[in-house]
Amino acid sequence: MNPNYLDFEQPIAELESKIDELRLVVGDSEINLTEEIDRLKGRSLSLTESIFSDLSPWQVAQVARHPQRPYTLDYIKRIFTDFEELHGDRAIGDDKAIVGGIANLDGKPVMIIGHEKGRTVKEKVARNFGMPNPEGYRKALRLMETAERFKLPVLTFIDTPGAYPGIEAEERGQSEAIAKNLLVMSSLKTPIISTVIGEGGSGGALAIGVCDHLMMMQFSTYSVISPEGCASILWKSAEYASKAAEAMGLNASRLYELELVDQIIPEPLGGGHRDLDQTADSLKAGLIENLDKLSAKPVDVLLEDRYQRLMSFGALA
Amino acid sequence: MSNSWLEKILPSVGRSSAPKKANVPEGLWKQCPKCGAFLYRPELEKNLEVCPKCDHHMRVGARRRIDLFLDAEGREEIAADLKPIDKLGFKDSKKYKDRIVAAQKATGENDALVAQSGTINDFPVVVVAFEFAFLGGSMGSVVGEKFVRAANISLERKIPLVCFSASGGARMQEALFSLMQMAKTSAVLSRMRQQGIPFISVLTDPVYGGVSASLAMLGDVNVAEPNALIGFAGPRVIEQTVRQKLPEGFQRSEFLLEHGAIDMIVHREEMKDRLHSILSKLSRHLSLAS
Repeated sequence: MNPNYLDFEQPIAELESKIDELRLVVGDSEINLTEEIDRLKGRSLSLTESIFSDLSPWQVAQVARHPQRPYTLDYIKRIFTDFEELHGDRAIGDDKAIVGGIANLDGKPVMIIGHEKGRTVKEKVARNFGMPNPEGYRKALRLMETAERFKLPVLTFIDTPGAYPGIEAEERGQSEAIAKNLLVMSSLKTPIISTVIGEGGSGGALAIGVCDHLMMMQFSTYSVISPEGCASILWKSAEYASKAAEAMGLNASRLYELELVDQIIPEPLGGGHRDLDQTADSLKAGLIENLDKLSAKPVDVLLEDRYQRLMSFGALA
Repeated sequence: MSNSWLEKILPSVGRSSAPKKANVPEGLWKQCPKCGAFLYRPELEKNLEVCPKCDHHMRVGARRRIDLFLDAEGREEIAADLKPIDKLGFKDSKKYKDRIVAAQKATGENDALVAQSGTINDFPVVVVAFEFAFLGGSMGSVVGEKFVRAANISLERKIPLVCFSASGGARMQEALFSLMQMAKTSAVLSRMRQQGIPFISVLTDPVYGGVSASLAMLGDVNVAEPNALIGFAGPRVIEQTVRQKLPEGFQRSEFLLEHGAIDMIVHREEMKDRLHSILSKLSRHLSLAS
């Protein structure tokens, strides 16, 4: 099994490894295999197209968690200029599961806040796999309030399995930290655009996700509980995660149909990790377009629209 | 019990010391889940569902809760007609639709929140109370909407809002719709703050997840009943994550008071008078302005 490919992508991985083998053969022989290689490449492409045209919610969840998935810092590097990271909640410490700072987007200053899972094992541990403690949310809150003071739009990037369920997190008020952000974001006097770039894990995601415009990357997920968590409670076993993912409809396209998400940002065939630059370009275009629209609104209109958007959420009789 | 899933994630802490269930005839007698004493129901009711032997505050339903709090006269039900729907066609071992019907039958309520306006010692307030027996008091679209409608009445009449929460969190069967209720309820509370209308959050056993991480922690004053379990993540999830035993009294009201998350612990018997006293002080500016 090729670790760079997910289990449902293994047929693609097999083709790709055949292509690699043939290329090696070409290197040290006279036989012309170009035609064969092109044929296999074509098959690999059409196979990828067919697999990715009909991903189940659980498969989307796996792409969203792909180890090579672009993270917040990858996007910051590609979309913004002059990024200055700002650290700490001014009380407990600096939670590296959330990064934030000021930068320019297309020449205009913005505040960036996003979950960061970390790429290497060492970094993942330092960043607690993108699961913030209360001080992470309080850092985010501080940065939002800073943005409001200096009239900087806030761009948030969501990618977390959830807020960290730890003893100290409870002692320091995980619930309150999340709740406070929801309260403040609902009436923050500056535009907020949130994008789910990978995993939108429950309250830990929403805590930086109350916004004027919600976007989701094509292969990202957003849900009230992880598929595994939902399965272990309702099906009594985490093995039913795929069923839970299906039942909750946590993938971007389903949530768009349900009008819970405003826009889907397309990803390259096979997922964002196949072409980081192209993925970042497509997200950048979405950010610029929406920021222009939101920035044109007077603040009172912006806040009233945001409020009505929040009030509209719900399905009931 | 319809909320067996909740039992599973919630009260593992301190449960080992709970008394063994004995065979008690249903009806006239109830065994205290904390000290094991057999209690005569009429006496227990008179004692506001608090164990006379060990002072354990038992869970009470939403209507009983409101009965204990509001004056008998002049009450109005708020948004009683809101009903849940199964937008996602959610099905696990049972259909969500069937779970709703069963919960409605068992509780006599349409969903997990009851809202009324009325008075406490002649002081006008709006009260909402979670019905834990309705799918573990979980918050879905109806709970969120009803909370907002109740808060809107507070805003219109410039009278305080009091919320008695008892909930396992967001309702999984409504998926992202449920999650968004956290943002929705918090947004209306932001309006209350801007208008200077007091909101008191009373946390009763238990309050977890999406309810704890939104409206329940946003009181101008946060109050808890004694010994209630309150937290973000359930004890089992935490134990499995950190792989260590949780400290004694973890996530109990007293623990939250110690760590600064709540303002006070109030005995059920004193709840009405103490909240009245607090609310009349916080509301003085409203009567001066009008």
